[in-house]
Amino acid sequence: MKRKTSYSRLVVRGLVYLVAVLIALWILIPIYLITIAAFSPKDVIYSWPKSLFPQTISLETLKFFVSAQYVLPSLRNSVVVALLTLVISLVIGAPAGYALARYIFRGKDIFRIMILSTRAFPIVILSIPLAVTFMKWGLYDNLISVAILHVAMALPTTILVTSSVFVGVSKELEEAATVFGCSRVQAFTRVALPLALPGLAASAIFTFVLSWNEVFAATILTLQNRTLPARLFIQLAASPLPFRFAGGFFILIPAITFMFFIRRYLFSLWGITLK
Amino acid sequence: MNLKRFNWEPYLLLLPSALYLVFFLAWPMFQAFGLAFQADDGHLTLDYMQRMFSDVMFSAALINTVKLIIAIVPLQFILALVMALLMMERLRGSDILVYIYSIPLAISDLAAGIIWFSIFTQRGYLNSLLYGLGVLDKPFLFLNYQSNWPFAAIVLAEVWRATSIVFVILVAGLQSIPRDYAEAAEVFGANWFTRVWRVTLPLLRPSIQTALILRTILAVQMFAVVVAIAGRGMTVLANEAYRWYSEYRSPHLAATYAMFILVISLGTAFIYLRALRVKEEMVL
Amino acid sequence: MAEIHVESVRKTFGKVKAVWDVDLTVHDREFVVLLGPSGCGKTTLLRCIAGLEQVDQGRVFIGQRDVTDLPPRRRQIAMVFQNYAVFPHLTVFENVAFGLRMQHRPKDEIKKRVQSAAELLHIENLLDRYPSQLSGGQRQRVAVARAIAVDSLVLLMDEPLSNLDALLRLEMRAELKRLLREIEATTLYVTHDQVEALSLGDRIAVMRDGQILQYDTPLNVYDKPADLFIGGFIGNPPMNFLDGEVRTEDGRLIVRTGGGEIYPPPEASAVLSRLKEPSVLVGIRAENIETLSAPAEDALQATVLVVEPLGSHNLITMQLGPEQIKVNTDADFQAQPGQTIWLRLNTDKIRWIDKASGRALDYDVSPQS
Repeated sequence: MKRKTSYSRLVVRGLVYLVAVLIALWILIPIYLITIAAFSPKDVIYSWPKSLFPQTISLETLKFFVSAQYVLPSLRNSVVVALLTLVISLVIGAPAGYALARYIFRGKDIFRIMILSTRAFPIVILSIPLAVTFMKWGLYDNLISVAILHVAMALPTTILVTSSVFVGVSKELEEAATVFGCSRVQAFTRVALPLALPGLAASAIFTFVLSWNEVFAATILTLQNRTLPARLFIQLAASPLPFRFAGGFFILIPAITFMFFIRRYLFSLWGITLK
Repeated sequence: MNLKRFNWEPYLLLLPSALYLVFFLAWPMFQAFGLAFQADDGHLTLDYMQRMFSDVMFSAALINTVKLIIAIVPLQFILALVMALLMMERLRGSDILVYIYSIPLAISDLAAGIIWFSIFTQRGYLNSLLYGLGVLDKPFLFLNYQSNWPFAAIVLAEVWRATSIVFVILVAGLQSIPRDYAEAAEVFGANWFTRVWRVTLPLLRPSIQTALILRTILAVQMFAVVVAIAGRGMTVLANEAYRWYSEYRSPHLAATYAMFILVISLGTAFIYLRALRVKEEMVL
Repeated sequence: MAEIHVESVRKTFGKVKAVWDVDLTVHDREFVVLLGPSGCGKTTLLRCIAGLEQVDQGRVFIGQRDVTDLPPRRRQIAMVFQNYAVFPHLTVFENVAFGLRMQHRPKDEIKKRVQSAAELLHIENLLDRYPSQLSGGQRQRVAVARAIAVDSLVLLMDEPLSNLDALLRLEMRAELKRLLREIEATTLYVTHDQVEALSLGDRIAVMRDGQILQYDTPLNVYDKPADLFIGGFIGNPPMNFLDGEVRTEDGRLIVRTGGGEIYPPPEASAVLSRLKEPSVLVGIRAENIETLSAPAEDALQATVLVVEPLGSHNLITMQLGPEQIKVNTDADFQAQPGQTIWLRLNTDKIRWIDKASGRALDYDVSPQS
């Protein structure tokens, strides 16, 4: 009897592992496929049937993509927009996050709820009126306009995330610093900031990825100065397969790499629940 | 209230972001209203609304969007719940699993669309695999716009890409539920399914609510995945907003579509909040 | 070192009166303990003195100087926090040196002072470590070393031992006492643990609901609690309180309780006779009750309910008339539940408490020092 239960327990455990691995494969296999596509020479990409385990690895397709007109400038544009977005949202958002974490004040709950509810705000609705406005201001087709919109999109999350980062740094530490001779500002820069730095960096990377990935607003707000995803998107229908595959791989890689660095912060970044 | 004692610090710290959100979030939304309901000479009009409703692509875009949401969100929820519950089983190597399961969080909808296009396209990997298995002897045209295959490919791509966010929210929620409850239920003889159904899921309700609202609202705006996989063969609401702005140069109709997307988003959020209402008394 | 002086300080949080019109003076080099249940305002009072909270009204003086409107760093204080607040990103050395660095002291002076503070707390071999590599007790020592390394006028401690486990707490308690005697610091120490308060303080200020109820030496707070609350809060077991009625019989004043009559000593009789209402509470500590195995004059008859051997002594719960009473006996005292026993109360040690006000009767020392 006892043997039987432990045997069935083992079977159940094995099944659990099997399901876990299958789901992991479901996520990894498409990434694997786009990777081998990007590293295949052009003629292999056009050939059929394709081998799932390629014999030749070549940089031909990626080189073709990078040397295509507009690709390098738009890559630069993407980096500029993402960096601008990151810096602006951190400079504006982190103080608000700090206020939410440290102070008790009237209107705090209302502010929190408003921030939470704007987190899922449709970017479509922002892009069109802002495009019209930026055209009036002469900011149309300017990278700053894309960054402004990306900040509007990222700011609520930045505030919530930095708030949870600062909550994680005990208030008592800052108080101790003020008792032992620091001003409020010194206590922040000497104690709270160094301790919050890893979390703030994770939040910054998250913002970077958000901006790097964004297609709709970037496409609407620019004509010549496209970001990489926007460039790829408008040329997609007219592009040959190698260009598409290499492009897909290209925008995929930085995102995955950055994720690796912030994996420790996953649940505090995305796990925030409406209370 | 004593003015000297009143602490302005938090308000000063909040001011920049509050101003930013007013200028670049609230005000544009207000302007979108203007674009949708105001003609260029300034008088109010329902013209754009009528033109949107009578547009040949409108009903297709709306039906496709709704069909996609109905197909995608439940699938994502069930898959994410399975993934999250797996994480609670304290498997060996669960650190690696968590990382793998959350990789798609960083993948853009455009990249996901291209990846699944590479699988479903005529000379793609799915056809190669089916040929290798002897199922097919020549490539099958999956992305044929007369068939349901493009729809299925989009559903797969979205489930593949955007289940992670639901997974992460659910895991964060599960981690905040003390194990004692499930263990208490186990001691009193509840089996695994009963524990999940009667104890874990009800306690997880706030997280489920957040995940569903977020996912549905993001699905209403689905855009690049659809275009990358189906090209012009299939349209959705966000795609129409894009085309009216970029191709037909009508910010008014584009804004009208955008307003329509907003209304659907708010509507679904409201429905979820009502349906999954968390009673005050049930929160510990 | 210097004295701390607090004058009618008030601090509210919304509608909660955390500290309400408190006056308190800590003399130079004195060790004063703020004792009270959680939420009584003791930590808030300490934080008002530290400058971590702004007072609503009243003044705070440290060393004759009015510091009410100064930020913490200008108050020349040192503080030990409940969760130690040891900076995780600094080594033990840098933690202890933190206050000195902020004062821009010369390098060799900092080194010397850190060294001697570390030696006092036996952490001199941990100076290169980071707090995450230390145990709770070691972090506690770092926090104390950091506080004594700076030239401060007063030392403030907010429940510094509450996060240590029982054994370590006992050890640190003795060590703190030795250390603070040695450095002769004016110290204000917050705790909810009465044993800590009794063992450490030169004087104890007992707080409740934002006010100081009694400010006296440990012995007086224990033996002569100012009111019902303090008698019940301090001591293990708490003071027994018997319902009594003051009467005069045959020209003699007696207090009739449910368990029998008690004859107050003459000084108490004088006070009791002036009561408007005849209702009093007879407060008596468990160790001031003698047990007799046979009836005797002025002994009350009681029934044993529970015997709890505690090693050094036995704690016995008895039924005395309608009330229960706890009595300490020698460890070799034998008794069975249900057994009848006679109790003799040491009437000199009784606290007579006016039932209407809850205040002890002969208590005439005002909380001011």
